[in-house]
Amino acid sequence: MGKVKVFGFWASPYSRRVEIALQMKGVEYEYVEEDLQNKSELLLEYNPIHKQVPVLVHDGKAIAESLVILEYIDEVWKCCHILPTDPYERAHARFWANFIEDKLMHHRIKHAFVSKGEESEKAAKEIEELFELLEDEIKGKKLFGGNDIGFVDITATIVALWIPLIQEAVGKTILTREKYPLLCNWADELLQCNVIKHNLPDNDKLVAFLRHILCQTYE
Amino acid sequence: MAKEVKVLGKWPSPFVMRARIALHLKSVDYEFIEESMQPKSELLLKSNPVHKKIPVLLHHEKPICESLIIVQYVDEAFSTGSSILPSNPYDRAIQRFWAAYLDDKWFPAFQGVSRAPNEEAKAKGLEQVREGLSLLEDAFDKCSNGKPFFGGDKIGYLDIAFGSYLGWVRVSEKMNNIELISKDKTPKLHAWAERFSANDAVKDYMPETEKLMGFAKMLMAKYQAAAST
Repeated sequence: MGKVKVFGFWASPYSRRVEIALQMKGVEYEYVEEDLQNKSELLLEYNPIHKQVPVLVHDGKAIAESLVILEYIDEVWKCCHILPTDPYERAHARFWANFIEDKLMHHRIKHAFVSKGEESEKAAKEIEELFELLEDEIKGKKLFGGNDIGFVDITATIVALWIPLIQEAVGKTILTREKYPLLCNWADELLQCNVIKHNLPDNDKLVAFLRHILCQTYE
Repeated sequence: MAKEVKVLGKWPSPFVMRARIALHLKSVDYEFIEESMQPKSELLLKSNPVHKKIPVLLHHEKPICESLIIVQYVDEAFSTGSSILPSNPYDRAIQRFWAAYLDDKWFPAFQGVSRAPNEEAKAKGLEQVREGLSLLEDAFDKCSNGKPFFGGDKIGYLDIAFGSYLGWVRVSEKMNNIELISKDKTPKLHAWAERFSANDAVKDYMPETEKLMGFAKMLMAKYQAAAST
């Protein structure tokens, strides 16, 4: 099927998504760890527009942007669907994945969890709205994909793991079990799945890293 | 008999235009419901409770929101007419990549130009917009492979994603007395823009520049009034 390479960063939720998808499909790949402070020539050549991870290279052809990569992986390797087959269900999954992506942009996370004042309150409120909507959306389901991990679950690993660890790193909580019991149950369920738990960074290492990058701008 | 497909939209919206072009390409008959947005209708609020925005596509009363998601839905749900996304997964990924770039980076920069607080900020914004157009000129080269559209012989996903912004690009060019998509700097895009706008699947939905400019002026006045309070 051609050689597969993934350019990623160990702490990035975006590059982990790509690895989860490839492992779900049983695809062998070479992983290249990027130093984001000193990006490789190859990465800059493969993703000149955004200069970011993840990048998937398949048979020499590069694809960037994690959600675009997920759809590509789903279309090339046909076993075990990531997106549903029904067009309406696919539209539904794409809607939620894009919504999560929009709400959890880097700057909003920083504002919500680290900064102070009006900007912080506004960002925190937007994230709360996301969690409220996800709490409603997960009702009656084990996972967003139903019984199996799907497109939204993979996208939402940022909520399941990164958000709780960001909260631990900075000492501020927005996602709590009291307020969002169903969403937290979903996170527990997701993090137990083999393909997820074997593809996540070490928690302690990630907390230390998050503490470092989130707090440094505000010193 | 009620039509099985409905589109909630408004004539100036590039996002609504995307849905209409897609339905035209697939030869799908639909009812267009013009939303005044002031106030937003019950149907809109019920169909898109999360964003409360247009366009919304209703297929057998089931709502689909977000313009690019609607375009992909139309491509997948209807087998009539021509395909919107290419069949090759890599080509599909490239078109999705550029459509995401347009919506996440390029259009916000473009909107930023009209909202710029001073001339310096405006100039900086325009520079970003032009850089983006230069990237899109290259992308056109690679995607079209010598053919008339990003999608090849026929209009496709990326043509729709980008082309829907052309009305607003023309308004910006007129209001600021500048060229954005120019014959000398972005010749391929310039030619493509004309072909796209004249296409049967597009021309009925592309708003007239003068009419859109009037709408833009009204929006800017509202924005400035809100910003100064």
